[in-house]
Amino acid sequence: MSTTTVDTPPVARATGGNSRTGDKLFAGAATASGLFVLVLLGAIIVSLFIGALPAFRAFGPFFLVNANWDPVQEIFGAAVPIFGTVVTSVLALLMAVPLAFGIAFFLTELAPAWMRRPVGTAIELLAAVPSIIFGMWGFFVIVPIMGTYIEPPIIDLLDGVPLLGTLFSGAPFGTGIFTAALILALMVIPFIAATMRDVFLTVPAVYKESAYGLGCTTWEVMRSIVIPFTRVSVVGGIMLGLGRALGETMAVTFVIGNTNRITGSLFGPGNTIASIVALEFPESPAGSLKLSSLLALGFILFAISFIVLAISRFLLKPKAAA
Amino acid sequence: MSATLTITRDRRVAEMLSRRRQRSNAVVKTLCLIATLIGLAFLVSILLTLVLRGAGAIALSTFTHVTKAPGSGGGLLNAIIGSLIQTVVGTAIGTPIGLLAGTYLAEYASGSRLGDVIRFVSDILLSAPSILIGLFVYQLMVAPAGGFSGIAGCVALAVIVIPIVVRTTEDMLRLIPVSLREAAVALGAPKWKSITLICYRAARDGIATGVLLAVARIAGETAPLLFTSLGNLNWSLDLTQPMSSLPVTIYQYAGSAFDDWVQLAWAGALIITMGVLAINVVARLVLRPRS
Repeated sequence: MSTTTVDTPPVARATGGNSRTGDKLFAGAATASGLFVLVLLGAIIVSLFIGALPAFRAFGPFFLVNANWDPVQEIFGAAVPIFGTVVTSVLALLMAVPLAFGIAFFLTELAPAWMRRPVGTAIELLAAVPSIIFGMWGFFVIVPIMGTYIEPPIIDLLDGVPLLGTLFSGAPFGTGIFTAALILALMVIPFIAATMRDVFLTVPAVYKESAYGLGCTTWEVMRSIVIPFTRVSVVGGIMLGLGRALGETMAVTFVIGNTNRITGSLFGPGNTIASIVALEFPESPAGSLKLSSLLALGFILFAISFIVLAISRFLLKPKAAA
Repeated sequence: MSATLTITRDRRVAEMLSRRRQRSNAVVKTLCLIATLIGLAFLVSILLTLVLRGAGAIALSTFTHVTKAPGSGGGLLNAIIGSLIQTVVGTAIGTPIGLLAGTYLAEYASGSRLGDVIRFVSDILLSAPSILIGLFVYQLMVAPAGGFSGIAGCVALAVIVIPIVVRTTEDMLRLIPVSLREAAVALGAPKWKSITLICYRAARDGIATGVLLAVARIAGETAPLLFTSLGNLNWSLDLTQPMSSLPVTIYQYAGSAFDDWVQLAWAGALIITMGVLAINVVARLVLRPRS
């Protein structure tokens, strides 16, 4: 093989050699960057876990169900923030999904063509507003409205009703779990609406036209053709929104009231994993058990988000590939 | 006789059914319109609040003075410059890595197992809570170095930039027609030249959009900076020292009890939101297909 008899001109040999080196270098750099992304995620998991180890060692599995957060006695538990994270996120989805569906339906089927792009862009811009702005706006605009006009009448109305009376009881501070969920809902609406709009647009026009040809109304086409066709992806989009809501920090920190207590009332204050980490971190010296407990909370949040996002991707994938 | 009766009854039933269907259609359409109006109303409310409270708070001193103790007329100069530095450096670190990784996924890893895994991991990073990226960089850089630093903030922001650029680069490269690559190969161009000189050039607008959106995203990030660059009330351009940033300053000032600090927070909020939204609008105009 080494005794090549083909007489290649020196110039061609030179460029050939050059390009082979260039190809190798470039392919190497690209592959290394790809692997770097992989290592990055691994490093995030490992570094959070290492930081969390002292807390896991000190508290064991009890960490997950302990509702105490007592810096004086150095007893820390994750139950309240986990509860707050899940409740605010699920509540946010309950509010966001119908609105996002309405927006996506409006943008794909109802709005006149000239209106779709500007309205769609405006909704996407809502997603671009930094979360700290949502927090400030929520704190200075929404909290007073909730505390003055929304919460008192609801509390009065449901007073004495079993279950509902408890769920909506307490003092109308304006801040709390419910307000946090409302702000979260606003923040995830654009993500869910954009995903829904994109998957609605993947429905072949022939299907819809056939249904219209049979005399279906727009809503009937939506209900019997578009939704069944896109069901899996729609759930994937909702999970994507859930993933966003779980880890949202700044907006929640402003409006949730930041109390490490589980109250039966949705108007009561609470906290989430992200909000307690953001608030308590400045008072946690390096190497302390408190800091380790915060990192453990971060690790738990990562695990929850990872599962939700993986499910979302799994559900969104088949349609994207087809 | 009975036949005519049946027909009229059938028609009545059909008309009733039709009316009911039209009615539910109209109800759903109205609800969807209301949902869209609610979404837009919130956007308008946020923007109006920012303009009404922020515009009055912005003065020349906002841009010429650094943050000072409450009541002594400070500005936001160090926060603005700090944000600019960290955003630019973060983008500069993250973009090449993201660009190359996206190139790997589109050009080298089609159908490969490793490519699928990296794509999955990148998508997870894309939606991972940014506060965790702050904790990660704290563990990686701040804790070992024994202090908060501007460069740690830059790295945290770079980690957020990477998956955004990976996604857009891969998507854009996949849109390039095969014939363009084949033309390059037919001219004897090696693969790396066909990618860098042909494909990147053809995908330039799309990739630029991705980078712009990444800039807009990190410019407003607060949570990762709390644990990395921390914030600094004094003037400092030293990347090894804690560095001020607009979002963190807004966070500290908005929750304070001093009226002039809250005013400055509104001014900062207006500046950052307008900047971020302007970048988004520009990015969308770039992406718009040229006629």
